[in-house]
Amino acid sequence: MTDFSVVGKPLPKVDAAAKVTGRAVYADDILLPRTLHCRILRSPHPHARILSIDTSAARRMAGVKAVITGHDLPVKFGILPVTQDERALEHEKVRYVGDPIAAVAAIDEEAAAAACDAIAVEYEVLEPVMSIEEALAPPKDERIQDYGGPHNIHKLVALEFGDVDGGFARADHVREDVFFFQGNTHLPMEQHSATATYVDGRVTLWSSTQVVHYVHRALAKVLELPMHRIRVIGAAHGGGFGGKTDPFAHEIIVCKLAMLTGRPVKCTLTREEVFYAHRGRHPVLMWVRTGVTRHGRITAMHFRTALDGGAYGSYGVASTFYTGTLQTVTYDIPAYRFEGCRVFTNKPPCGPKRGHGTPQPRFALELHLEKIAHDLDLEPSAMKQLNFVQPMTRAVNWLRITSCGLDECSRRVIDASGYRNRARRPGHGMGFAISSYLSGAGTAIYWNDMPHSEVQIKVDRGGVTAYCGAMDIGQGSDSVLATIVAEELGLQPADIRLVTADTDTTPIDLGSYSSRVTFMAGNAAIEAARKMRDLLVEAAAAKMGMQGAAVQVGAGRVGDFSFEEASVLAEARFGTLTSAGSYKPPKIAGPYKGAGVGPSPAYSYSACVIDLDADARTGLVTVNKIWIAHDVGRAINPLLVEGQVEGSVYMGLGEALMEEQSFRKGLHKWPSMLEYKSPTFLDMPEVQTFIVETVDPEGPYGAKEAGQGPLLPVPPALCSAVHDALGVWIDEVPVTPEKVVEALRRKEKGEPARYGPTRFPAVPYPPAIKVEPPPKDMDRASAAAI
Amino acid sequence: MLRDVERVVVSLQVNGEPTELLIPVHKTLLEVLREDMRLTGTKHGCELGECGTCTVLVDGLPELSCLLLPVQVDGRSITTIEGMAGGSELHPLQRAFVELGAAQCGYCTPGILLSARALIESNPSPSRDEIREALAGNLCRCTGYVKILDAIELAASRGL
Amino acid sequence: MLRLPRFKYLRPKTAREAAGMAADAGARAMFVAGGTDLFPKLKRRQFEIDTLIALDFLPRGVRQGSGEALVGAGTTLAAAAREQGRTGPFHGYAQAAGLVSSPPLRNAGTVGGNLCVDTRCNYYDMTYEWRKAAGFCMKKDGDICLVAPSSRRCWAVSSSDTAPMAIALDGSVVLCGTDGEREIPVENLYLDDGIVYMAKKPHEVLTAIRLRAGAKTRSAYVKLRRRGSIDFPIAGAAVALQFDGDLVSGCRIVLSAVASHPLRASAAEDFLKGRRADLETIRETAEMAARPAKPLDNADLSHFWRKRMVRVVVEEALHRASDQTAGLAG
Repeated sequence: MTDFSVVGKPLPKVDAAAKVTGRAVYADDILLPRTLHCRILRSPHPHARILSIDTSAARRMAGVKAVITGHDLPVKFGILPVTQDERALEHEKVRYVGDPIAAVAAIDEEAAAAACDAIAVEYEVLEPVMSIEEALAPPKDERIQDYGGPHNIHKLVALEFGDVDGGFARADHVREDVFFFQGNTHLPMEQHSATATYVDGRVTLWSSTQVVHYVHRALAKVLELPMHRIRVIGAAHGGGFGGKTDPFAHEIIVCKLAMLTGRPVKCTLTREEVFYAHRGRHPVLMWVRTGVTRHGRITAMHFRTALDGGAYGSYGVASTFYTGTLQTVTYDIPAYRFEGCRVFTNKPPCGPKRGHGTPQPRFALELHLEKIAHDLDLEPSAMKQLNFVQPMTRAVNWLRITSCGLDECSRRVIDASGYRNRARRPGHGMGFAISSYLSGAGTAIYWNDMPHSEVQIKVDRGGVTAYCGAMDIGQGSDSVLATIVAEELGLQPADIRLVTADTDTTPIDLGSYSSRVTFMAGNAAIEAARKMRDLLVEAAAAKMGMQGAAVQVGAGRVGDFSFEEASVLAEARFGTLTSAGSYKPPKIAGPYKGAGVGPSPAYSYSACVIDLDADARTGLVTVNKIWIAHDVGRAINPLLVEGQVEGSVYMGLGEALMEEQSFRKGLHKWPSMLEYKSPTFLDMPEVQTFIVETVDPEGPYGAKEAGQGPLLPVPPALCSAVHDALGVWIDEVPVTPEKVVEALRRKEKGEPARYGPTRFPAVPYPPAIKVEPPPKDMDRASAAAI
Repeated sequence: MLRDVERVVVSLQVNGEPTELLIPVHKTLLEVLREDMRLTGTKHGCELGECGTCTVLVDGLPELSCLLLPVQVDGRSITTIEGMAGGSELHPLQRAFVELGAAQCGYCTPGILLSARALIESNPSPSRDEIREALAGNLCRCTGYVKILDAIELAASRGL
Repeated sequence: MLRLPRFKYLRPKTAREAAGMAADAGARAMFVAGGTDLFPKLKRRQFEIDTLIALDFLPRGVRQGSGEALVGAGTTLAAAAREQGRTGPFHGYAQAAGLVSSPPLRNAGTVGGNLCVDTRCNYYDMTYEWRKAAGFCMKKDGDICLVAPSSRRCWAVSSSDTAPMAIALDGSVVLCGTDGEREIPVENLYLDDGIVYMAKKPHEVLTAIRLRAGAKTRSAYVKLRRRGSIDFPIAGAAVALQFDGDLVSGCRIVLSAVASHPLRASAAEDFLKGRRADLETIRETAEMAARPAKPLDNADLSHFWRKRMVRVVVEEALHRASDQTAGLAG
């Protein structure tokens, strides 16, 4: 094993001191001289045509400097090239309560809000579509969007890999189940905020975003400016979890208002507006049918999903594929059919939340297999283990599995928790589940052949600066970059100056989504840093009269010289010291349409055991402890990995027990932090985390993702523990006490002892595209080479 | 129609320094700290008392600055995150948060640090459950609270 | 950022002066003590006012006499939770105060404010923009009840944790008006209406709370809510029991968050009196206590479940109150 000096050490984050002292400058902390404040008028109707917008009274009000509507920003945008269906301001039609209609820039927020009140909008109210079932039926008035179809269907996919019918025919036992995963939202503590200036014909935007690059692109499109006249800077980030991964209306609006007024314009969303900006977890209804041998070996699986997408596309096409694609990277499924459907409804748009499209099917899959184990009288965790994928294999849908720590993760949590030897007492239960997630999406959001991440390094008078477009959203990507550069140059992370997330000064990184930064920016950083080290070593070697290979780098020294002395030697020898590295994921997608969603250079693996007590009288669940093991490939900083794992467990537990986006009469039922239930200190159990290191062949030092995968096993492990405790299946999340009580009532009455959806609607899926599975040994040569 | 703004002079003791301010009486302490005094270390997540992000100490006790008027705390001692470190020395709680990675996005961190400080000053060696009780008004979405609990325990074990 | 509307801020020196100011200013004036209920509602435009009258002068602190405790209305909930101690007849009150909202709010919120806390409804406790989108309700800006559209009254829910406990402890409140003080039982402070939910005249200042309990009284408060903190009660039970030997000689059971006022379970109280508080009796008492509770679909979780839980919280509160006796006897 390689001996590292800073990689693998629990060092403080490079921005920790700034954050604990209040020095870190978040987007809402920016207040430039002469700033105007923006408020946005939003739709009070879930579905309506706009007949007229009268802003004349608002324009006349004291303190108001500009009022804009959709006529000022008519160009459509959207995160995916195939669904450019959003406008910064809608002037023709509104599609959810909260859809932006007009924006005001005024001398203060009070004046801006008063002006919004004075804008008169005439609507023709249309019948809202509020559920998957309604969206599948002919619309009463008109469709929400003018693309997709039939009715309010946005996207349909159907894929089949291998001989599914044959697999079912071979099975000794076939089981079908229906599950529902309720939608929920990211709820970052920081409300979205953006400030824009327009100086010398150039727009600058500071924003709380996870994706400076995609915001940059959207601004160029909508403002109709070349990209080089726009600069997007990611401010210190107060939490995203996927909720700040789209370009947002307010970001475009403040730029436009800055262009019109010539003054800085700022917009910070209220908490209620954050609920409307949403892009959170899709509510997904799922049907799954699996064939197994009598020993529990899977022979075939058929998985159907229906996603409630809300009013716009957002990442929805990708989300739809994600509900079907990662089933195969944990369990060896020899034949697999997936049918997915996303519908439009008159709700805030759904998008990517931590785990993007995969926690829902993971929930269904884990519980479904658990039920099959019960059918066959097998121990569920053992039956799952029997089906685990093996390292260095290809799944039936062509996904390439490299390192895989599923077995070890499972063993760690099962052993530590005593899951298999648990004592039986009434109301007490334990549950086990596993998961996997991407280490970055293998394809970019828009088609191009450029690198996904680039790092530049400058060494000057002994000081090292690394430049990268990556956006640290609190997960610690800046610390990872500093650690890698420091490791390669024999320094400490604190010695590395960082310039990140600024489209003017840093080379591209696509952003903090799909758990891609450590893997991709990390590999780019290694390349750049090794090139720089070579220059330093060559200069030092020349001075020492030795071969480069003999020069030791470490502990702040390069051979006989201090780092600073070596950098002077190198600069004298080579001129300005710069180096660059970049990363492009391997082309490993399968040969079929839709193969672009799912491939990742590596998959992380997790396993989880939950111990809880469930009260049969009240239905209340008290989680006692959670054991979680996560195969991160290599922990570049174990402290950060644990933090990501614990945070994922927290969010998964919130989704499992209490978080939900609920709607009533076209309206978000509770867009507030009081009524949208986020677990407090008193609701969070102790968590024991195990880091499993499988050293991935392509990850930086073997590292894989940490921030999303560990969320996924929590909801199914919780439901399986509730079943263990009370003998009832809760086949949907959140597991509220009323559902538990209702399931117990049904059990008592001799009805099926479960709570959850009873049927899956008729969806007009197209005929499945049949895809041949990959050849068995297709990656063997490359695996051997590694 | 908007009524006239009533302005008042308040004397605030913020982080030990006396400040006299002429402010609209309806501006909250949160707004005055952030906008008038530019002490932006105090964050906000809802402005309705539901998340704890804007916690400051008033005479040593945690209160929410989004639900306080400066006139209500006229003459009383206010501590914000900017006043927590002693000069360039981090407060022991801040040091423990740095060492154990208790701040991820860091947005809830100022409020949590101040709540923790109030706790430790009244109860120098709190149990883990006492820490949970004392911090139950401060939400965090990043950490799952685990590292925060660890850091407060570590700081308490080292003494203030 | 959600901001407060503009207002005039008055700082009277006495309750009498405050009452006079409020009487003069009329409906567009409100009192402010801790402000933890008021300020969110001003920001959401549920209250629309011109004038705030500060109650900074309110007495703070708890005075324990024989068989009674006098709590200054300006006492913070945190102080009330602390000063009432962990044992003794007023323990239930301390528990209730200590379970209100979250620690930082209890450092600002006052016991007087918690008795006066506005009734709640999840069609009402929303921003102006949300309520506009939903269609305004009769409690503010509208004329129908969105929970029960055929109803002519408002069904907003009494959400005070300390009010049911104050009633259970035979409490009274001192109200100061323009002409002087009056003292009324806490039970009579509330009306069965979601809008006009208090018998206190709007200009009267609540200055003190008097709780009464004999040395052998034991009290307990059990609060049900989704999370361990921050949330309002979705059901709660305040119980005070007096014992004569091992028989219950006196008993009050008051429910929170199941009606527009704290709901006294009189039939259950009568049933328990003269009996031993054994498991079976407690179960039956709780069953009876739950009967009058009629939660509606306007708070967290379903009203069916909340109705079912009333029995559970009463039972738990009765157990806790009688366990304390066991402790004393031993």
